[in-house]
Amino acid sequence: MGQERLASARVLVIGAGGLGSPALQYLAAAGVGRIGIVDDDAVDDTNLQRQTIFSTGDLGRNKAEVAVERLRGLNPLVAYDPIALRFAADNARELVRLYDLALDCTDRFSTRYLINDACVLEGRADVYGSIFRFDGQVSVFGAAGGPCYRCLYPEAPPPESTPTCAEGGVLGALAGIVGAWQASEALKVLLGIGDPLIGRLALVDSLLARVREVRFERDRDCALCGDHAAIVSIEREAYEGTPPATGVPELDAERLDDALREAILLDVREPHEAVLGSIDGALRIPASQLEARMSELDSAARYVVACRVGAKSLWAVRRLREAGFTRLTHLRGGLLAYAARHAEFEFF
Amino acid sequence: MRAGAVPVHGTHPIVIRVLAFGRLRELLNAGETALDIRAGSRVGDAWSALADRCPALDEHRSSTRIACNGRIVALDHVLRDGDEVALLPPVGGG
Repeated sequence: MGQERLASARVLVIGAGGLGSPALQYLAAAGVGRIGIVDDDAVDDTNLQRQTIFSTGDLGRNKAEVAVERLRGLNPLVAYDPIALRFAADNARELVRLYDLALDCTDRFSTRYLINDACVLEGRADVYGSIFRFDGQVSVFGAAGGPCYRCLYPEAPPPESTPTCAEGGVLGALAGIVGAWQASEALKVLLGIGDPLIGRLALVDSLLARVREVRFERDRDCALCGDHAAIVSIEREAYEGTPPATGVPELDAERLDDALREAILLDVREPHEAVLGSIDGALRIPASQLEARMSELDSAARYVVACRVGAKSLWAVRRLREAGFTRLTHLRGGLLAYAARHAEFEFF
Repeated sequence: MRAGAVPVHGTHPIVIRVLAFGRLRELLNAGETALDIRAGSRVGDAWSALADRCPALDEHRSSTRIACNGRIVALDHVLRDGDEVALLPPVGGG
């Protein structure tokens, strides 16, 4: 019965690296009917310390294609889809929709948010794993009624503070533990057995050889799955990763109301992004008109510069600084982050 | 106030256990540490006390989630003697 169920199941594994290597091997060995593997990267010799599906003879070849070759030898009855593309805003929902659930085995935060968002919007579970040095995390996001990645981490960390495995180093065997755990959670969800890690974050501490668990709930204010969700589609600019904010003061959306007692909101969204209005008292100058309309700004005034998701506003702050404006703050996460906290605003 | 009652923002210290993960484990140079704080302190106060010792923590404040006794809580959660507080920065590698 269970085996038949697995044979008709379709799983998408995003990232064929340290976590993907073990996860893929256990999913294939278990007899999941169809496995899609997304990775646009090539095998590098520094990967072999933890990405055990690859060999020295594979250097320079695409990871998804090599992984499929290996897995065919392990279980030829599975249908494999090697997808040698970057998982990106323009293919995320389409890919996720073709499978019953996804495993997040990636190594960058922007892709983790993209996978989570695509899964929630498409009604698929996101079986999440991540590792850093000696610490690992496992959870299941986007299951019916359960929380999502944004409920746990509404905000991505500053990019410069978060080295990847390639930069920060990781205990290779920890990738094996966490990736195998992801496969186990995926099989449980597909089979409807046991108690998957929904609303629970497993913390693997390989130094102390301890596993802890933290419980969390769906956040009613979550921008994606909350009661007044602001994220209703995948917009490319939201996932391109915030460029390092070199010296630009940032403001969290929760503090915008306070800040606007002393400052003016400079809304740089383009007209098509702002059809449903803005915050009262905001000065609206689309980023594309900023050069031409700079004379409308008062260099003695304080401005909080905001766009839809926080990328254009950063650009605008940099441009205004070059022009001599100094009292500028950038709204982190953009007006979408603010709207997520204020049901009365509809910005999109 | 009744005799013997614990003042909400009193001077009696309480001791909590702080667990740090990921990057914060390295910044604090310890996976586990004990912290003396005033009775009635909130999670945000405990963070501030740690950030006084280690100012590099502050850039992680807005992205770190904090659990108390195994449950994610907000910064205004009131701490009690013996609580175990886990600092959970996002972990992104794979």
